[in-house]
Amino acid sequence: MTIDSVRGAPGASELAEPELIRLLTPEGERVEHPDYPLDLSAGEVRGLYRDLVIVRRIDREAVALTRQGELGLWASLLGQEAAQIGSGRALTEHDMVFPTYREHGVAWCRDVPPLNLLGLFRGVNHGGWDPAEHGFHLYTVVIGSQTLHATGYAMGVQRDGLLGTPSAGATMAYFGDGATSQGDVNEAFVFASVFNAPVVFFCQNNQWAISEPLEKQTRIPLYKRAQGYGFPGLRVDGNDVFACLAVTRKALENARTGQGPTLIEAFTYRMGAHTTTDDPTRYRLKAEEEAWKLKDPIERVKAYLVRGDLADTAFLDEVEAEAKQVAKELREGCLALPDPAPLSMFEHVYAEDHPLMTEEQEQFAAYLASFEEEVTP
Amino acid sequence: MTAQTLTLGKALNTGLRKAMENDPKVLVMGEDVGKLGGVFRITDGLQKDFGEERVIDTPLAESGIVGTAIGLALRGYRPVCEIQFDGFVFPAADQIITQLAKMGMRSLGALSLPVVVRIPCGGGIGAVEHHSESPEAYFTHTAGLRVVACSNPADAFTMIQQSIASPDPVIFFEPKRRYWDKADVDVDAAPGDWAPLHDAKTVRPGEHVTVLAYGPSVKTCLEAASAAAEEGRSLEVIDLRSLNPLDIDAITGSVNRTGRCVVVHEAPVYSGFGAELAARITERCFYRLESPVLRVGGASTPYPPSRLEDHYLPDLDRILDAVDRTFAW
Repeated sequence: MTIDSVRGAPGASELAEPELIRLLTPEGERVEHPDYPLDLSAGEVRGLYRDLVIVRRIDREAVALTRQGELGLWASLLGQEAAQIGSGRALTEHDMVFPTYREHGVAWCRDVPPLNLLGLFRGVNHGGWDPAEHGFHLYTVVIGSQTLHATGYAMGVQRDGLLGTPSAGATMAYFGDGATSQGDVNEAFVFASVFNAPVVFFCQNNQWAISEPLEKQTRIPLYKRAQGYGFPGLRVDGNDVFACLAVTRKALENARTGQGPTLIEAFTYRMGAHTTTDDPTRYRLKAEEEAWKLKDPIERVKAYLVRGDLADTAFLDEVEAEAKQVAKELREGCLALPDPAPLSMFEHVYAEDHPLMTEEQEQFAAYLASFEEEVTP
Repeated sequence: MTAQTLTLGKALNTGLRKAMENDPKVLVMGEDVGKLGGVFRITDGLQKDFGEERVIDTPLAESGIVGTAIGLALRGYRPVCEIQFDGFVFPAADQIITQLAKMGMRSLGALSLPVVVRIPCGGGIGAVEHHSESPEAYFTHTAGLRVVACSNPADAFTMIQQSIASPDPVIFFEPKRRYWDKADVDVDAAPGDWAPLHDAKTVRPGEHVTVLAYGPSVKTCLEAASAAAEEGRSLEVIDLRSLNPLDIDAITGSVNRTGRCVVVHEAPVYSGFGAELAARITERCFYRLESPVLRVGGASTPYPPSRLEDHYLPDLDRILDAVDRTFAW
């Protein structure tokens, strides 16, 4: 081996046209993979289709709510539905998820009410659900921080002595391609590796970190990084819900049985803007988006269902109607979300009494009350 | 009273041991905390007795230490993280400030993070750069953290246990040049008889000037008070012990009596914790003050090479000089 032979090249074909683990082609044809057999009933496939359609509809509604000024921001998952539903449906009861702020599809799989996701983006709270109740931690905005929390949580599961038992839970950390450059993510890989922690690192490589393409983050395919840390890494078609499900299931099971961490790179594409404040027309070509449209994660499942006579028009219409209803309820719920009371900002800063919180809360209450006195005749 | 004569370092070690005995969820983690017992031997013998699963030699990554401690706390553990030296806490600052401090509010109270971050702090040991710093103000400025600083063996023993028992994250400063100071410690006193974690202590009563200090500066202030007494000046020395929350009543009670106040810390004076003290005392004791609150601390420079640290650190003479100046107004 020479130095030059191992030097990666930016824009190498491996980055652009990679080999992917795939079970459903973009045309909707089922293909087999020797390492990832998957036996789904027609009902299960229909269930995945329903998930995909509903989370896309939730996402569309949230984007619309933002355009109308009802949300301050939204991070769209458009294009990443299969990566999220496939991996999310691989999770079981005892598993714990540490998401970024874009995992609306995974939240759906963990039964977090969609309305609760809006609190952060409407500005009424910083996270409106109980993580323990759903096995789904709060959205984390600082890029990559949650990968360390996931690793620590997994080290806790390990110390509970549950691995290999039916109550063993794996921990799954979600993050993006940009996050792989963060120190925290690399430290999480090191900790997970040396402690053999039961954690699955699920990287949705959506090709763009706001305006920076993948070449700004890496000169080798991301999944190959795992080898350097000493655990398996693999790359899956992130727009193939079957493959994401099968690969994640296996990685989670390995974690639960004490076989340590896995890095999954779900190769997908962010079809929308980074967030509603972003403008992708400034930095990427329409042609690229058009090419990825042909790999749509939902259309291929629909084609598979229809071609195999696994679903009829009535079912497809039913799912559309249900998605519409979910969106309607989301909108109504959003508009009805009350603004928090001013004095509530002093609550929950500490778990136990804190004199400064009490003092400032009382001072602010008195200040607010002074306005009320002025209008009293 | 079962008094044992312990160094401050051994008192911390004994307190950690008690906490680990009393609660199987307490973990110790950090660089070299296992077989070595930490570079200052604060965790000496703990791995031998509690095992590698509870006394964890971590990879050399401070953000990783605090970040995984957060995850462990979310799983029900009570991690005590050792940051090897004050100047090495900054790689962990992101996890401490953006994650550890805010989880309670972000979860609307559903989550709490009982994580202790132990930081040996301050100078005076002739160390190379980044080994003598006093970063407390970065953390007192961060809502959601409790920040405490022990100054003597007896407090070290109780305060570390109280910090571990706290449901909130605690930044725990240890005065590294006092690790070898010895004192009697009542290791069997019932926790109910301990002073509350966030109470200040009057360590020397006096009449003419209130001197506020914490951590390594307390001893220096006590020495200054003894010297001042020879000149007929009576200094009241208060060991703050807790910087967030602050025992403001203990402070104002004293300053309202003396009318003069000097604040002493090793950190640079500019935007240091003394600024907060001076402002609060001025707001509360304005009509009782005979002179402005004066601050004695490090220069507003990076910590200097150790051959200069005796000039940088507040010493007896600089404290007495400030005391004199409070009478010059």
